[in-house]
Amino acid sequence: MAHYHQFDALVVGAGGAGLMAALYASKSVKTAVISKLYPTRSHTGAAQGGISAALGNVEKDKWEWHAYDTIKGGDFLCDQDSVDILCKDAIDAVIDLEHMGLPFDRTPEGKISQRRFGGHTNNETKQAVQRACHAADRTGHMILQTLYQNCIKNKVQFFDEFQMVDIIIENNKCNGIVALELSTGEIHVFHSKATMLATGGFGKMWKITSNAHSLTGDAPAIMLRRNLPLEDMEFYQFHPTGVYRMGILLSEAARGEGAVFLNDKGERFMERYMPTLKDLAPRDICSRCIYQEVQAGRGINGKDYVYLDFRPEHINKWFAADGNPKRVDAHYLETRLPDIIEFARVYLGVDPITEPVPIQPTAHYAMGGIPTNNDAQVLADERGSLVEGLYAAGEVACVSVHGANRLGTNSLVDLVVFGKRGGIAMADYAKGASLRPINKDAVYKDAEGDLAAIRNSAGTERPAAIRKELQTMMDEKVGVYRTGQGLREALSVIKGLQARFRNLKIDDRGVKWNTDLTEAWELGCLLDLAEVTAAAALWREESRGGHYREDFPNRDDSKFLQHSFAWMSNDIQIKTKPVRITRHQPVERKY
Amino acid sequence: MKLHLKIKRFNPEKDKKPWWGEYDIEVEPGDRVLDALHEVKWNIDGTLALRRSCAHGVCGSDAMRINGRNRLACKCLVKDEIKNGQITIEPILGMRVIKDMIVDMEPFFAHYRSIMPFLVNDTPLPANGRERLQSPVDRERFDDSTKCILCACCTTSCPSFWARGEYIGPAAIVQAHRFIFDSRDQAAQERLEILSDVDGVWRCRTAFNCTDACPRDIKVTKTIGEVKEALRTGVIQ
Ligand SMILES: Cc1cc2nc3c(=O)[nH]c(=O)nc-3n(C[C@H](O)[C@H](O)[C@H](O)COP(=O)(O)OP(=O)(O)OC[C@H]3O[C@@H](n4cnc5c(N)ncnc54)[C@H](O)[C@@H]3O)c2cc1C
Ligand code: SF4
Ligand code: SF4
Ligand code: FES
Repeated sequence: MAHYHQFDALVVGAGGAGLMAALYASKSVKTAVISKLYPTRSHTGAAQGGISAALGNVEKDKWEWHAYDTIKGGDFLCDQDSVDILCKDAIDAVIDLEHMGLPFDRTPEGKISQRRFGGHTNNETKQAVQRACHAADRTGHMILQTLYQNCIKNKVQFFDEFQMVDIIIENNKCNGIVALELSTGEIHVFHSKATMLATGGFGKMWKITSNAHSLTGDAPAIMLRRNLPLEDMEFYQFHPTGVYRMGILLSEAARGEGAVFLNDKGERFMERYMPTLKDLAPRDICSRCIYQEVQAGRGINGKDYVYLDFRPEHINKWFAADGNPKRVDAHYLETRLPDIIEFARVYLGVDPITEPVPIQPTAHYAMGGIPTNNDAQVLADERGSLVEGLYAAGEVACVSVHGANRLGTNSLVDLVVFGKRGGIAMADYAKGASLRPINKDAVYKDAEGDLAAIRNSAGTERPAAIRKELQTMMDEKVGVYRTGQGLREALSVIKGLQARFRNLKIDDRGVKWNTDLTEAWELGCLLDLAEVTAAAALWREESRGGHYREDFPNRDDSKFLQHSFAWMSNDIQIKTKPVRITRHQPVERKY
Repeated sequence: MKLHLKIKRFNPEKDKKPWWGEYDIEVEPGDRVLDALHEVKWNIDGTLALRRSCAHGVCGSDAMRINGRNRLACKCLVKDEIKNGQITIEPILGMRVIKDMIVDMEPFFAHYRSIMPFLVNDTPLPANGRERLQSPVDRERFDDSTKCILCACCTTSCPSFWARGEYIGPAAIVQAHRFIFDSRDQAAQERLEILSDVDGVWRCRTAFNCTDACPRDIKVTKTIGEVKEALRTGVIQ
């Protein structure tokens, strides 16, 4: 029989978004956090470069500039009222984190130190501005640690290594979730007034990715099965600087500190494509430029990668050429970028201080996800109806503040700004609501039945083989460049893999810590998300931000200045929702 | 290249005692040991149990004994670990094994929680609504201990911890250090009191195992030494 718990507010996911929500909800209502990983192992801890806020600690800056950069970076698909909240509240959010104890790097005057990042500019001079607040190149680690520390201080209750396998939704009202306790294999029913989904990204659809093994999109996949929509799934960001072949991220902070891209001829090719911002152009653009270099035969040794060069004497040469008075040395880089320098040394055997580093674009960030309003409440459709009692924040959610392409450092802002808003909204709601009745036995049996079907599956297909085929295909057909033909092929491959998924070979029939079972269940989630991603990409016959269609190379505002909402019934069904535009009419994106 | 992996297996649900699983696999020299373990799990025996997430040494999930030394499986490469064609893998020591590489981490996190791992500062916030100031030098003072990812490589390599599981262990001391030496914090004395307990810092015999084990290159033994010094002299600097 199932274990049963009751809470006012329940948060699923213990990354930056979930912990921020829990911290604020727990100030006034009974709150618990459920996470399939120990909180400190959430992928927020992998975030490197920084969190932006127009503090103006080092040079003049305004939150309005931050907002415009975000909207332009997002290729005008962002909802502009939401972006205003993001960028205005970013300032207080960063100060709040400092007060909680976050050890930011400091300026000589003792203020929070800030550095340059892609697409963040002084709107008057158009030059890169120092806006990213940082703690070396482990800013995300510090955010995650600090938020977890404060949850401990505030005595938030945690259910660590509990994996959500279902969401209890009836008549567009959410009443909690069902989770598997990994260490015992037992099912727990969590009954709640308000529930937040903060399960992070789903980059494991692709092979070359910066995402953790655990980022399998469990929550959005369950939403699809519950006949709820996902927004803007065709927009997935490929970060230009992944470690060659492995996809491990080398933060844009490297370019913020002066690193540049080089092709096989030793040419700083970004000067040619984006004469003003050059190597600090937004990620979607840099990733495409890398592919164009490779296509033109200028990849290193003719292969599919280029170099990221951050040898100090080279950086100084480029600074001089750009008229930037700043100079760096090895010691400076080792203190500003210690972790990514180490990644290159450990995983590639390359020392960035003396050699250029082989890099290639890596699947990185989901702009789309579970649609929400500005208070993190989940939307049931494109018209704005709500799923009562259900919230989402962080990478899993789509507010949408990132539009068609997220700017670096804006995810961490999103986590803390909308995590906090969601936490407060949940508490307010829970105070005025009572628990709706649920049928405990039925939800328990549903979940147990789904898991038992996988556990006892006696087929012939290894989940790992299906996953590998999915990932390889997604890299090829649903990557930086897409075509109608390729996307149709992708959909048919996915259908085939879904059929094979019903014939699984599972070795582990045990109960405790059965990761053979959980990995297979997660693969089911990835397959469904891949289908929605490919279908939405096929539907969007234009190129915008992170979504590039070779057969439709231009942005088409007359038809597609719209968010997509995708449902999974027998086939994928897509509807549209207009973009909210306030101050900034779409213009061509140049840097 | 060929690799012979020798993995200590134990599933209390069905095994009476631990046993060695031996697997011959094909790997690339630059593969992580974690990739090799996945090769076994994904293509030979799906019952193999281990924790992992980030796969690049930043989340702290996959601490294990690799050729007798505590390492993160995702942060060492096959070519660096392989000896005579073989790598030996065991769970970290001193913790209850739940299944294969998965051990009970609860006592470890309980030690962590016991040292008040959060900033304490009850003075009013700056009136201008901005950050508390901290000089770069004051910030640098505790930089090393902020890198800790709570992987437990250090604590489970410590002979004092093996001898007595109640010993708070190096990881918790590193975490305490992170706050004791933060100029913004005001609870150093309380933490020092906690650490002067019989199962606190004085159990450390300065054996340096922990420093060697730390995948984040934290100077763990030095950190502990600074905490001991603060206790001895009553001065935090
Ligand atoms: C290498 C890297 C570097 C980055 N650098 C930056 C940067 O410098 N600046 C920036 O702004 N952004 C950066 N990003 C992006 C940013 O880090 C992420 O988008 C963000 O951290 C996501 O946070 P989150 O709280 O939404 O989810 P996560 O931190 O991923 O947490 C997800 C949580 O959900 C839990 N979970 C998932 N599924 C389940 C389930 N079924 N049941 C229970 N729990 C579940 C997990 O256990 C985890 O606790 C980076 C990303 C990567 C990969
Ligand atoms: S130095 Fe101290 S804590 Fe570290 S291993 Fe030795 S006894 Fe243990
Ligand atoms: S001090 Fe090092 S070895 Fe110990 S828990 Fe922290 S990161 Fe791991
Ligand atoms: S898997 Fe994250 S540290 Fe190894």
